[in-house]
Amino acid sequence: MIPRRDLPLLLLGGALVAARPAWADDDEDKRAARWKEVREAIFGDRAIGDGTSVVGLDAPPRAEDAALVPVALLVKDPARVSGVYLVIDGNPGPLAAHVHFGALADPRRLTLRVRVDQYTDMHAVAETRDGALLAVSHFIKAAGGCSTPMGSQLDASLADAGFMRLRLIGPVAPGQPVQALLMVRHPNFNGMQMDPVTRNYTPARFIQTVDIGFEGQPVLRLDSDISLASDPAIGFGFTPPKAGKLTVAVRDSSGAAWHEAFDVAPLS
Amino acid sequence: MSPLTRRAALFGACACCALATRRAVAASDFVEIAPGMVFRRGVDEQASVANADAIANTGFIVGAESVAVIDPGGSLADGQALRAAIAARTTRPVRFVVLSHVHPDHIFGAAAFTEGAPKIVGHARLPAALATRGEYYRRHLAELLGAEAAGPVVTPNLLVADTHTLDLGDRRLTLRAHRPAHTDTDLTLFDERTGTLIAADLLFIGRVPSFDGDLKGWLAELDALAAIRAARVVPGHGPVTTDWPAAAADLRRYLSLLLTETRAAIAAGVPIEQAATRVAASERGRWALFDDYNPRNVLTAYHQLEWE
Repeated sequence: MIPRRDLPLLLLGGALVAARPAWADDDEDKRAARWKEVREAIFGDRAIGDGTSVVGLDAPPRAEDAALVPVALLVKDPARVSGVYLVIDGNPGPLAAHVHFGALADPRRLTLRVRVDQYTDMHAVAETRDGALLAVSHFIKAAGGCSTPMGSQLDASLADAGFMRLRLIGPVAPGQPVQALLMVRHPNFNGMQMDPVTRNYTPARFIQTVDIGFEGQPVLRLDSDISLASDPAIGFGFTPPKAGKLTVAVRDSSGAAWHEAFDVAPLS
Repeated sequence: MSPLTRRAALFGACACCALATRRAVAASDFVEIAPGMVFRRGVDEQASVANADAIANTGFIVGAESVAVIDPGGSLADGQALRAAIAARTTRPVRFVVLSHVHPDHIFGAAAFTEGAPKIVGHARLPAALATRGEYYRRHLAELLGAEAAGPVVTPNLLVADTHTLDLGDRRLTLRAHRPAHTDTDLTLFDERTGTLIAADLLFIGRVPSFDGDLKGWLAELDALAAIRAARVVPGHGPVTTDWPAAAADLRRYLSLLLTETRAAIAAGVPIEQAATRVAASERGRWALFDDYNPRNVLTAYHQLEWE
């Protein structure tokens, strides 16, 4: 009998193939070595301490769809933290996102959807106001997310690139934090999808910065890279001091920029 | 008993020993479901080394002059088993290989049918879908099965944008290209002689559907298929049925639930990761492989419906 390999699930556009890619790596020593390499590339020789009491990372143990993995960055000590990095160690571009929180941010919960390319550790690294780095990690089983072909929304993502929507989750009241979901239509091509006929890759074109403010005051700035899933959806909290406009500026790697303003008014 | 069925029974007798080694496909798995129409039911499993990705239904139809393959199988190895099953039953040439849609479990057997250069038939959008997905599918199938067993990507050279009729010699197969439903490359076939509808992956019976197209579109295309008076229907996954259109009721219920509960989750601000564990949860006991596909179906539906 053919021995069954210990197989993770690899999703193939709706049809599943269980596979254990040759490069999948569940060896802890190798993952630790990878993290050392990645963190030195991103943070140089800065010390990174245990962030358990300050930051959290919510992600599934196994990706249902490696090209759309929901991730939540949790800040447990908002007063101390100025920003959070999301690092997906095994991705071709490991620094998936850096979020810098502004005065009106409620940093307790920030959500993203990412691509995950292989079995890997992910790290949430909080930066404190006094410049310390504190990290937690999460191991995820996923494969192929970065080269997964674009799904059924590709045509819409291309046609409507830069179109935005804002959903407010829960009631709005002056001075009270509220959760919001910002959705941006954009294919977020990462340059890794190949056309076997032309032997060309679709050129990378992805969202690099998202600046969110409220009536001239900063909420947050997101610097991102090829690891965000197509049609990026960013969940964040903010505290509007009064009724007003939430403003969003998005720029992608081709230099295209889009601006939008959303009315945020208390329900009354 | 028709000659085909008798021969299938003989093959069945000697296939028992093969079962012990868990061969992917035994000759007895190929069953004549109507005169000159033979299908092999795929196993309700994930693709694996043991099953060689023979997880979708595959088969062939024999006319007076030639043979049409309808879904050549999930790997080159699977396609070779189908080719052997055809050779055991007829010497007529395979003139058409129909690829019902882009998913690898249905099409990677196509490379087994190069002899005689049959027409490779697909939806008008299939070449574009294969251009963006084919190599990705091939690479990952090769990682699982090895490159030789997986086979290369085969591109269609007879495209169907609306309807098209294949003539097998005194036997006409009508192909119909659908709007985005299960995928955006779905074809179905109707065999006029036996009144058989080959619904491919527009119909799942017993095994939870995978969803990769347009949810509202799929429900609409099911309505259109339900209006067809068919003596029997061949699903893409699950058993052949004569109970049409009632056999689509479970699928319709699942897709409707996926649609309404995903919409409700979005409207209520339920985050996508929570929706993936909640939506359509009442369907869990009703389908094989539910946990392998349903959460991903929800993610796909959520991403699609949140932009409505």
